[in-house]
Amino acid sequence: MPHTDAAAVALARDGDSEAFRALVERHSRAVYRLAHRMTGSPQDAEDVVQETFLRAYRQLGRFESRANFSTWLHRIAVNCSIDLIRSRHHRETSHDAADLEFADAANDERTEHSPERLMLSTEVQDRVNTAMASLSRMERAAFVLRHFEGLSIDEICQALGMKANAAKHSIFRAVRKMRVALEPFVES
Amino acid sequence: MHLTEDDLVLHYYGEMTGADEARATEHLTACASCQASYTQLQRVLAIVDTAPAVDAPTGFERIAWARLEAALPARRRGWLSWFVLSPARLAWAAALVVLVAAAFFAGRLLPRPAAPVTTASTAAEKVRERILLVDLGDHLDRTQMVLVELVSADEGTGPVDISTEQARAQQLLAANRLYRQTAVSTGDTAMASVLDDLERVLVDVAASPSPVSQADFDAVRRRIESKGLLFKVRVVSSEVRERQRAAVQQQKGI
Repeated sequence: MPHTDAAAVALARDGDSEAFRALVERHSRAVYRLAHRMTGSPQDAEDVVQETFLRAYRQLGRFESRANFSTWLHRIAVNCSIDLIRSRHHRETSHDAADLEFADAANDERTEHSPERLMLSTEVQDRVNTAMASLSRMERAAFVLRHFEGLSIDEICQALGMKANAAKHSIFRAVRKMRVALEPFVES
Repeated sequence: MHLTEDDLVLHYYGEMTGADEARATEHLTACASCQASYTQLQRVLAIVDTAPAVDAPTGFERIAWARLEAALPARRRGWLSWFVLSPARLAWAAALVVLVAAAFFAGRLLPRPAAPVTTASTAAEKVRERILLVDLGDHLDRTQMVLVELVSADEGTGPVDISTEQARAQQLLAANRLYRQTAVSTGDTAMASVLDDLERVLVDVAASPSPVSQADFDAVRRRIESKGLLFKVRVVSSEVRERQRAAVQQQKGI
C-alpha cells in the first residue's frame, strides 16, 4: 500500500486499483462525515461517498500532483452533496412550531445545569444534532456551507441555485433554530 | 435603532456591506443590549462547532470499497500505447477488420430476408424481455438461497466461516447492480427498492472478513430480518415468475 496520497494517486492514474483502494480506505470516513453533515441522512451520505470517489477516479488525470488530495476530494464531496440536495424534490416540511415547543420544554428542564459542565457533554452534542435534524434540506445545506465550509452567501446562491434572499432566509432560520435549541446551555 | 437578530447573523459571518458593517460595529460598541445578544449568538454558534459530525458505521471503508469496485470504469491507457505495448493485439485487430469487412460484403451480396423489419424487431424485443425475466428470476432464487443460509445458520458464540456465502454474494453483486439500474431506468420502483436493499446486504456479506465475528454475523442477520428482505424477495420473485408465464402465453397467442 502506498504510504502517501501522492504516491497512491500516481499509481491509481496508471490503473492500479489497489492504490485507489488505499485512497478510498483513507478518506471515505471523512467524506462520509462531511456528506452526513450536508445531507443529514446516512443513505444519502453513502451515495455521496460513492459518487465522490467515482468522480475523483474519473478526474484523477486532472489532479495537480502538488495539491493536497484530501482538499481536492473535499471539494468534490461538497459538490456531490450539493448535486444530490438539488436533485431531491422532497417536499420541504416546516418543523418550526414543533421544534420551538420542544426547545421551550428543554429550556425549562435544563436551566439548573451549570453551562461549564454541559458545554462538552454528549447531551449538548445530541442537542446540536437534534437541532440540525430539524432543519429543512435547504436550510441545512445553506447553513453547513456558510458555517462549516465558509462559503459566502453569493457562493451559496450559485451552488444551491437559490436567490440571495432565499439563501439568507435559510441561514437566518437555521441560526434561529440553533439559538432556540442551544441557548439554555450558554450563560446569559 | 437596535440591530435585528438577522443583522447580528450577517455581522457574525462578515456578510454586511461596507456602510452597514461600520454602522453595526459602531452600534455594538455603544449598545450593551445588542452586545449581549451578539455574545449570546457567538456562544451558541461556538457550541455548534464543538459537536462532532456523525461518523460512519464500523467497517465503512470496506463497504465503501466493495460498492465502488464494481462501479469503477476501467482506466484506459492511450490508444497508441495499446498498440505499442501489445503487438499480439495488433493481430487481433487485423483479424477483426477482416471479419467486419467480410461481413459487410457478405451482407451486400446475399439476398435480404423478405420479412418486415418491424415484426422481427418486435419479436426480438419480446424474446429479450423473456430472457431478462428468466435471468432475473434465476438471480432472485440464487440470492434467496444465500439469504436463507445466512438467516438459518446455527446460533454460535465464536467466529463464523461464511466464505462460501461471501463468494456467492460477490458473484451476485454485479448482476444485482445491473438489474437494479434496469429497474430504475424502466420505472419499476418496487423492484428497484428490493434490489437496492439486497445490494446493501450483499455488499455487507461480500466485504466482511472471513471468518466473521459472531457480532458482525448477527448484525448481517438482523439487517436481513429487520427489512423483511426474504419475504420481499419471495414476493418479487413470484411476480417475476408470473410475468414470465404471461410473456410465454402472449407469445403463444393464448
